[in-house]
Amino acid sequence: MNKQRIVVVGNGMVGHKFIDTLITDESVDYEIITFSEESRLAYDRVQLSGFFSGKTADDLALTDATYYQENGINFVLNDKVVTLDTKNNQVVTNSGRIEPYDKLVLATGSFPFVPPIAGNDKEHCHVYRTIDDLEDITASGKSSKVGVVVGGGLLGLEAANALVNLGLETHVVEFAPRLMAVQLDDGGGQLLRRKIEALGVQVHTEKATTEIVDGENCRYRMNFADGSFLETDTIVFSAGIRPQDELARQFDLKIGERGGIAINDQCQTNVENVYAIGECALWDNKIFGLVAPGYQMAKVAAAHIKGESLTFTGADMSTKLKLLGIDVASIGEVHGQTPGAQSYTYHDEIEQVYKRLIVSEDGTKIVGAVLVGNAEAYGTLLQLLLNDMTLPENPAVLILPSTGDEQAAGFGVEALPETATICSCFDVSKGDLTSAVAAGCCTMGDLKEQTKASTGCGGCSALTKQVLDSELASLGFEVNNDLCEHFAYSRQELTDIIRVKKITSFDQLLENYGSGLGCEICKPTAGSILASYWNEYVLEDNHIELQDSNDLYLGNIQKNGTYSVVPRIAGGEITPDKLIVLGEVAKEFDLYTKITGGQRIDLFGAQLHELPVIWQQLIDAGFETGHAYGKSLRTVKSCVGNTWCRFGVDDSMTLALNLENRYKGLRSPHKIKFAVSGCTRECAEAQSKDIGLISTENGWNMYVCGNGGMRPRHGDLFASGLDEQTLIKYIDRFLMFYVRTADRLQRTSVWMENMEGGLDYLREVVIEDKLNLADELEQEMENNIENYQCEWKTTLQNPEKLKRFKHFINSDDTDNQLAFELEREQRIPAQQTIKVVELTA
Amino acid sequence: MSQWFNICKSEDLAPNSGICAQFESQQVAIFFCQRNQDLYAVSNFDPIAQANVISRGIIGSTQGETYVASPLYKQRFNLKTGVCLDLPEHVLKTYAVRIEAEHVQLQSIG
Repeated sequence: MNKQRIVVVGNGMVGHKFIDTLITDESVDYEIITFSEESRLAYDRVQLSGFFSGKTADDLALTDATYYQENGINFVLNDKVVTLDTKNNQVVTNSGRIEPYDKLVLATGSFPFVPPIAGNDKEHCHVYRTIDDLEDITASGKSSKVGVVVGGGLLGLEAANALVNLGLETHVVEFAPRLMAVQLDDGGGQLLRRKIEALGVQVHTEKATTEIVDGENCRYRMNFADGSFLETDTIVFSAGIRPQDELARQFDLKIGERGGIAINDQCQTNVENVYAIGECALWDNKIFGLVAPGYQMAKVAAAHIKGESLTFTGADMSTKLKLLGIDVASIGEVHGQTPGAQSYTYHDEIEQVYKRLIVSEDGTKIVGAVLVGNAEAYGTLLQLLLNDMTLPENPAVLILPSTGDEQAAGFGVEALPETATICSCFDVSKGDLTSAVAAGCCTMGDLKEQTKASTGCGGCSALTKQVLDSELASLGFEVNNDLCEHFAYSRQELTDIIRVKKITSFDQLLENYGSGLGCEICKPTAGSILASYWNEYVLEDNHIELQDSNDLYLGNIQKNGTYSVVPRIAGGEITPDKLIVLGEVAKEFDLYTKITGGQRIDLFGAQLHELPVIWQQLIDAGFETGHAYGKSLRTVKSCVGNTWCRFGVDDSMTLALNLENRYKGLRSPHKIKFAVSGCTRECAEAQSKDIGLISTENGWNMYVCGNGGMRPRHGDLFASGLDEQTLIKYIDRFLMFYVRTADRLQRTSVWMENMEGGLDYLREVVIEDKLNLADELEQEMENNIENYQCEWKTTLQNPEKLKRFKHFINSDDTDNQLAFELEREQRIPAQQTIKVVELTA
Repeated sequence: MSQWFNICKSEDLAPNSGICAQFESQQVAIFFCQRNQDLYAVSNFDPIAQANVISRGIIGSTQGETYVASPLYKQRFNLKTGVCLDLPEHVLKTYAVRIEAEHVQLQSIG
């Protein structure tokens, strides 16, 4: 029997979801072909505005050609299905291609509604829907000073954000009396307006545009029905969407009165083997303009084709998002259409927070809620609604600010049924999370990787964390962050103790807060924290015992007990004279020499007694320690930037030198690497570093929390268009916050991934100073920098300390068991075992 | 009777860390744990890493047992018995050690 043939018209998010559902079910095998009129396969339209903060089309992609090819999916781009022949079960495309089908799935999505205004087709008038649209808007932005968005709804405000990012004076023109009229009530809409205006975006409500004509000061002038007008260079229409039902309409599928392809609970149209899913579909006279219901429809249609029973039963339209950095959420019904409903309102004009909770007549169930300025309660309120749960006795606590007792404001996640959807972006239920935890996920990072929960919009991260903690507790894991058996505190708590109590020695710490003698875990940790805050010489008598062998001898111990010598070569810049000194030293002491990934030079094989002699020569030649032995700032890698490179935009070399000299020696929970690229060609690979800086025409773009190594991770764009002064402030705060709150041996990536609120939270702390810590963090960094010393220089001036640098306390002999051999003309440790040479073809 | 030999001055000991001594053509790691005023001496050779590095390890305790963690791969060795806590088939040779008249002394085995 031939495989069933499925044709999918449209490769947007929902069309792709449908295909992916069939791919991941290994029990079925279909011949699938999909068409897209766009030039790209499915991408994440929800994150579309990320395009303006540095995300590329590749970053937004949900799939790629390789994935489709590997799974036998045929795809045709840039070709539109124009004829639908339901009698003969075939479709015809614009290019004349005829494709027969057994099942047809229409996932044609929607198109932006452009109000019928004279002049709406002028050159710099755009819509906001596809990556191509965004590219057009960007192009217009280059020749514009002023931009207007027509439409103050959810997408309109996103478009406004895009115009702000392009550096335009931005206006929003809305027909209704308030912003986000569908989702918000009056109070919420008003506060949102105030907050948006405070960001410099001008809002004009109750304006109906009548025509777009040539302007005097700007390219265009928009005339309004009330006689007023506005001049602008660019216009973006974002006045709602309309279902893309043209094909169905022309070829006699049943269409709703106001558009949309009518479907039943199985997502079938009035023709049995033709399905419609996503924004083009009309269910119960409703169009669903969100991705989660579209995904649900995709799953229902796929299930029906496979012969399984699953029905579409409508979807919740609650939504939470960040618009221009402002948290906004809307849950359930908020326009007072529920008879007898009553409400609680919390309005803080100082902090600019508005929360309204609407409850049923008897006060036991939630009807809806509006949150502006602080949407932390979203997860809890949404679950109460979706699972029809009974409200606590005093529902007001749900929206009142936390009084320190976190439990009071929430509800136990234990109360949620296993079927409760926690992450609607990826449709992850509480049951999915609990089984992932049972299978071994113990951290937020693990759980995100395993289930994808909270990797979409991130709105559910707090809730996901609560489920994680509650599951770990119920599985008998004590959620134990104790550093080791000697300290019943986490690294973060120890850091607080040391900082607040001004503790300067391990003795003090152990005596007052610990037990036993300490160990190889708590001692170096304490050593690192003490150094981060007080930055005393690490070989002071009372710090010596804390140092791992690397810090203890200011070198990196190698497998045979010898050490490597790594002088600082800031930014990888070195004079020929210094290079010659390195060569001479290496030659004199027969040191194996290698250039590192961090643009400096490692000299291997130095014995204890040789270290001081070697370093004396290096310091005399103007070198200083490279801190390669410490958990501290390693290198700031750099390209030559605009000093030499014909593409360079800014002087990456000077910035790299300044940064390396500023942060050198900073002891931290783990090593820290930086890189600086002088243009977006990114030759310094800054996006793979803890801190990466890339020069652009508008200033420095700052990426954070990247790393190479075992689990490589690209950095996230943290802030863009920064001047050097702001940049340094942000880095100061970022690093000290990391020093203060990370776990032992936790790189910045894992630290951020495990942080509740993730990158957004980090931005709130570092950029918006939500915790009111910025001054303190900067001051701490200042202190650290003031106390910087080259540890080798200090050591060489101290004869007592130098005594430690010999193999025997009672003899000048050296370790007679060290053995070396030559490989490629250099000395390496003798290989004790016979090497097995693996033959590779 | 076995004899005691002076190795170094007691002030040469680094508090809560180790030193290495040459003694009867062997390498001996001597640790002075200031917190409980104990002195320990074990072989300096790490049988797992196959290198003479034990004296550069960190002193720690677990359940009241004092140990040194090797600086290379961090296996812990009980300082009294020499037994490796992580891989008990490995045992460091132990030596008798004391402080006498401000000198650290090791006892000859011979």
